[in-house]
Amino acid sequence: MIEFELNGRAVTSESPADTPLLWVIRDELKLKGTKFGCGIAMCGACTVHIDGSATRACVTPVGSVSGRAVTTIEGLDSGAGRALKAAWIAEQVPQCGYCQSGQIMQAASLLANKPKPSDADINSAMNGNLCRCMAYTRIRKAIKAAASGGGA
Amino acid sequence: MAMRAESLQTPISRRTFIAGSAGATLVMGLGVVLPGCSREQAASDIAADAMRRSFAPTVWFEVDSKGGVLVNIAKAEMGQHVGTALARVVADELGAAWEAVRIKHVDSDPKWGYMVTGGSWSVFTTFAMLSQAGAAGRTVLRDAGAALLDVSPEDCRVAMSKVSSGNKSVSFAEIVQRGDISRTFTDEELGAMPIKPASERQYIGKAAKALDVPEKATGEATYGLDVELPNMVYAQPLIPPTRYGSSIKSIDDTAAKDIRGYIRTLELSDPSDVLQGWAVVIAENYPGAMKAAEAVKVEWQPGPTAGVSEADLIKEGERLAANKATGVLVVDDGDVAAARASAAKTHSAVYRTSTALHFTLEPQNAVVEFADGKCHIHTGNQWQSLILPVLSKALGMPESDIVIHQYYLGGGFGRRLWGDQMIPAVLAARELGRPVKIVFQRDDDSRFDCCRSASVQKFDASFDADNKLTGIEHAAAAGWPTLAMAPGFLADGVDGNGKFDTFSISGGDHWYTLPNHRVRAINNALAQRTFLPGWLRAVGPGWVAWGVESFMDELAEIAGVDPIEFRLQRLDAAGKNAGKAPEAVGGATRLAAVLKDVRERSGWGRQLPAGEGMGVAVCHGQERTMPTWIACVAHVGVDKAAKRIKVHKLWQSIDCGTAVHPDGALAQAEGATLWGLSLALHEGATFENGQVRERNLDAYMPLRMSDVPDLDIKFMQSTEFPTGLGEPPLIPVPPAVGNAVYRASGIRVRNLPIRI
Repeated sequence: MIEFELNGRAVTSESPADTPLLWVIRDELKLKGTKFGCGIAMCGACTVHIDGSATRACVTPVGSVSGRAVTTIEGLDSGAGRALKAAWIAEQVPQCGYCQSGQIMQAASLLANKPKPSDADINSAMNGNLCRCMAYTRIRKAIKAAASGGGA
Repeated sequence: MAMRAESLQTPISRRTFIAGSAGATLVMGLGVVLPGCSREQAASDIAADAMRRSFAPTVWFEVDSKGGVLVNIAKAEMGQHVGTALARVVADELGAAWEAVRIKHVDSDPKWGYMVTGGSWSVFTTFAMLSQAGAAGRTVLRDAGAALLDVSPEDCRVAMSKVSSGNKSVSFAEIVQRGDISRTFTDEELGAMPIKPASERQYIGKAAKALDVPEKATGEATYGLDVELPNMVYAQPLIPPTRYGSSIKSIDDTAAKDIRGYIRTLELSDPSDVLQGWAVVIAENYPGAMKAAEAVKVEWQPGPTAGVSEADLIKEGERLAANKATGVLVVDDGDVAAARASAAKTHSAVYRTSTALHFTLEPQNAVVEFADGKCHIHTGNQWQSLILPVLSKALGMPESDIVIHQYYLGGGFGRRLWGDQMIPAVLAARELGRPVKIVFQRDDDSRFDCCRSASVQKFDASFDADNKLTGIEHAAAAGWPTLAMAPGFLADGVDGNGKFDTFSISGGDHWYTLPNHRVRAINNALAQRTFLPGWLRAVGPGWVAWGVESFMDELAEIAGVDPIEFRLQRLDAAGKNAGKAPEAVGGATRLAAVLKDVRERSGWGRQLPAGEGMGVAVCHGQERTMPTWIACVAHVGVDKAAKRIKVHKLWQSIDCGTAVHPDGALAQAEGATLWGLSLALHEGATFENGQVRERNLDAYMPLRMSDVPDLDIKFMQSTEFPTGLGEPPLIPVPPAVGNAVYRASGIRVRNLPIRI
């Protein structure tokens, strides 16, 4: 049994320690906002925060988060997180929407480290998050809007 | 071209538009009068609140007793915000307050008519019908409201969910509660409904937020992957080494037996023959299914195409394109042979494109349950009417007992036009007697993809002694998706020499006036045998235009004319290029207009630094019968030594007639433009040993954030009939980039993806 914190509450998983955190979150703990895309940490759809850092849940064994704090899109309620969600709506970012939980989690991690990111900062932080609809220009705009206090 | 969007509209037989009360709700829809019922009986049933006795209504929208307007959406939502656009058409004509409007994505009940979401057709094929339905609803509400207000209907206006006359008004809610709202309209009456002139529109063409966006920004939107049913098990496919003709020799699951949750491995026998040589691993949980799938050892007898490579496919395409006896004629204007025989100069070129994957970010999945004598399938799908007969065959059950429940699609792009991922799930669920959820891992999703076929196009042009272009002969060879999946939609060639796939040649029948023009569509049978060719976003024009528009630039150079001027000379709207109402008013003059617009906005012809260049291309969208007029200019830099191409900026000028939901239209144009760039520079797969080699993002590398150039996209202001938009802006981008590469470097690129 593995104990950790999920969105601020204590949870336990009965899964083997090598089970990817993604499937524990989705199937065992029933939070579906975190998505499965590539399974090799290269699309970013499964991005969650572990102790505040953006991490790919599809390659993170649940055993490695024992005693740590995991945040998913459902629990993202930091100031930057709320600003990002609002900016995502104001800028009408999502198309199919499937990657957007991961995009927002990645962007929240970026803003936590760099509250006023440059274009180069956005490129390097967001390049690992594939948007197959290619809504990239709006993702960039929304990050900037959230960073400047807009979008809320 | 015979494959026309109109042919996909609901067939008309004994249909009547109905407005009636069902419970305390005003229901408006297209009623097909049921067999054995007269129209008179139907009309009286409506009055008696018993209309479901005589109608199988396709309910377009409902107004409830609180004034809420529910618009039923039979189209798949895969990022295009289609429900918002369609609901705004209804709401505008109905005179509803937008805040009162909700949408619902419906299941595959036959009452919805023919269900397909593709071809960029959704607005185009439903605009007139939904406008008329909205106007009919407005008429009913106005007349009933006028009676309640005791005024003449002619003195009433309808807006913001109210019927008003002078200083008196009555709300839709009150009318539904107290008014007389039972009516029927004949087709003729429906067709004659007073549609608002563009100047009076409240919502169409005006700014709006998409209804599906908020829940997609919070993780709450539900996709097929998110569905769970009680007592379900997980299935993980074991995919054979070839698409066709493989068979299983043995299965050894010894090593899987200790894996937590492993139940068993099922060999599948599929009467529809879509699955050949398949097995699925069944487990209580998905991680267990994934692990077990690696542990189970399957020995296959591979099918006959197990050795086919990408080079084999291209070579066969080249052989076919070079042989003038192959294929079916699609265009045969003038006499290309005579033009060639009398030519002072000729020029030929061969253009190729590699295999490309859909790579929807949501992998293929489905959840299946047998209950109440029916097979319930939960998934996201674009063409329910195409896969239902196949599922029926696979299960030996009537189509009417199979229901596809619709969810958001985590990307469609044409992949979900074919619902083959449902088949292993339905077969396994029936065998196990338990609900089954199948989720493809990424590698399997790519191996099982109906990828865009590799293609080869050959062009032969002739010039007269004045260096004037006299003719073009164009041959295009590829695997044909429509032949594989929907052969009933193949079209007849103009030479009576058989049928062809319009989706694998559209774009060849362009709007340039040429005295002699011949277009030949050729099926690459080796491709057809090796894999399932699919419809990928922008479909035929997405690769046909690569050849047509790149070759046009080659010809402009030979003629010694500026590439834009050379195109404009041929966009004279003469003869068949004059266009027709309602969808192509103005014909080629509108293509000339966007081309002139992009020429001006891009500063075409200005001096650029060494190693940089601009290229142009145009397109008419998905089909001549639904033209979306687009011109694109690309500004690129080429570093020959480093073999690197940098795209600085892309301009697009787009005329799609009325843009119903302008911001949604812009979003589609942004995404499609970048898709075009991704296919131009980043995406290419190769067949190796009968299957694609690039199966995940470590090898198949679509465009990323840092690859995005400046985009300058303009929509021409227009109140013309709305045409398609989700795909067309993709089409001109690869040739515009290729033509710019030539201007920047002198290197003429003829293969996609572009490599220098």
